[in-house]
Amino acid sequence: MSVAIVDFGMGNLFSVSKALEHVGIEAIITSSPECLREARAVVLPGMGAFGDAMQELRARRLVEPLRNFAQSGRPFLGICLGLQLLLEKSEEFGLHEGLGVMAGRVVRFDAPKTDERALKVPQVGWNALRPPRSFTNAVWLHTPLEGLKDGVQAYFAHSYHALPSDPSNVLATSRYGNVEFASALRRGSVFGLQFHPERSGARGIDVYHAFAKLVRDQ
Amino acid sequence: MLNVRLIPRLDIKGPNLVKGVHLEGLRVLGKPEHFARHYDDEGADELIFVDVVASLYGRNSLTDIIRRTASEIFIPLTVGGGLRSLDDIRDVLRAGADKVALNTAAVGRPELVREASRRFGSSTIVVSIEAVRRGDRWEAYTDNGRERTGLDAVTWAHRVVELGAGELLVTSVDREGTGTGFDLDLVRRIAESVPVPVIASGGAGSTQHIGEAFLAGRADAVAVASMAHYHLVKHNAVEAEFAPELNTAHLRLGRGFSRVQDESLGEIQRQLEKLGIACLHRRGQETQSP
Repeated sequence: MSVAIVDFGMGNLFSVSKALEHVGIEAIITSSPECLREARAVVLPGMGAFGDAMQELRARRLVEPLRNFAQSGRPFLGICLGLQLLLEKSEEFGLHEGLGVMAGRVVRFDAPKTDERALKVPQVGWNALRPPRSFTNAVWLHTPLEGLKDGVQAYFAHSYHALPSDPSNVLATSRYGNVEFASALRRGSVFGLQFHPERSGARGIDVYHAFAKLVRDQ
Repeated sequence: MLNVRLIPRLDIKGPNLVKGVHLEGLRVLGKPEHFARHYDDEGADELIFVDVVASLYGRNSLTDIIRRTASEIFIPLTVGGGLRSLDDIRDVLRAGADKVALNTAAVGRPELVREASRRFGSSTIVVSIEAVRRGDRWEAYTDNGRERTGLDAVTWAHRVVELGAGELLVTSVDREGTGTGFDLDLVRRIAESVPVPVIASGGAGSTQHIGEAFLAGRADAVAVASMAHYHLVKHNAVEAEFAPELNTAHLRLGRGFSRVQDESLGEIQRQLEKLGIACLHRRGQETQSP
């Protein structure tokens, strides 16, 4: 069984599937709960509103299968909104319950200001990934970030960011204006990336190579 | 250091990359895929594709080009031109676009901006504003600067942001293709008064102009076309990649485009860095490569 890219009607599945193909991973785009049960790994991409996304997942009866998969020890990768959905709740357009795979919530960037120039929300563009404070990039071994240098640039497009309650779930941080936010999360074999590795050039493709290694090595 | 983006804009007609003046008088430069590949190699932060005739004839011929480009280039791709509905948007996203730029359809039915940003995420929805100066104001145009709307461009910018647009592509039709510099008043008026990123487009003829768009115009990103396209045609690329009907010798002699100083993306970036402006972030990526 191959890697399942979860299709819930929101987000750019094509570039994710092309990136997986590029690193030699056979992926299928699916919204079938049965496929999730058998998949070697799951990728949950997504763009759009948190509440709408949960509604689409519920309508397709994917919420429990995704929660179960996250407990299975098989690699699970959430990208952008897919990272945010891993948390317990979001404040986007009202309060919404998430998958709750990790403790914490999702909040909007609080219009940060630097040198008189109001920073724009959404954050659209490139930003540096850093290991969490008091760690080196050795913390990225055996994760999708394995092999990346401290400070590597990745492409972001988001207005909301995760606030995990357990600091040990933070895999990488980035700074937008004066807000330091969790740009990658980890809990066991579940990973979340706020940036878009499939849109982050050669180093983004390295992320897919590292994920492919996790899939093959499990 | 100011953190901004430098984005080659590729105007497309049928299968070809074209470039005009004031969005008209289009001249064929070659195949967009080839240019896209070169810009990816040079470290472009993103790419913008605009189908410049789709709106006019009510067709959408871009999907094949998007599909081919998105299969081999892993940087963000914004696609505009002729997108009229949520289904049209979904189709180009499925073909591999990351963002869509809406203009004519948004003016026709502003609620489309709200529906699209809810469905696909604000950061997926770029509203393209084609502005023509009228004294100290600007009027928004549609259909690549051909049709008047009667809308004040700045007021319209605020409206679409309220409706959920995540980014604005602001093109000065007056400056477009002329190489005489951006309409800095227009860019600044909009960039300073909206909370979302603004991409300045139309008029880049030198690195100085680009620097001004960031510093005086307060743009968050700048779109370049002629400067980068002509540089590739003159210096970098294999002749066979370009349209046979294009007289490249003419370009090499530098005639006809005297206002546009053609420049590679890398050189533009190096000159901008001296002004304290950082773009082409992937260049740093390559040097960090293990």
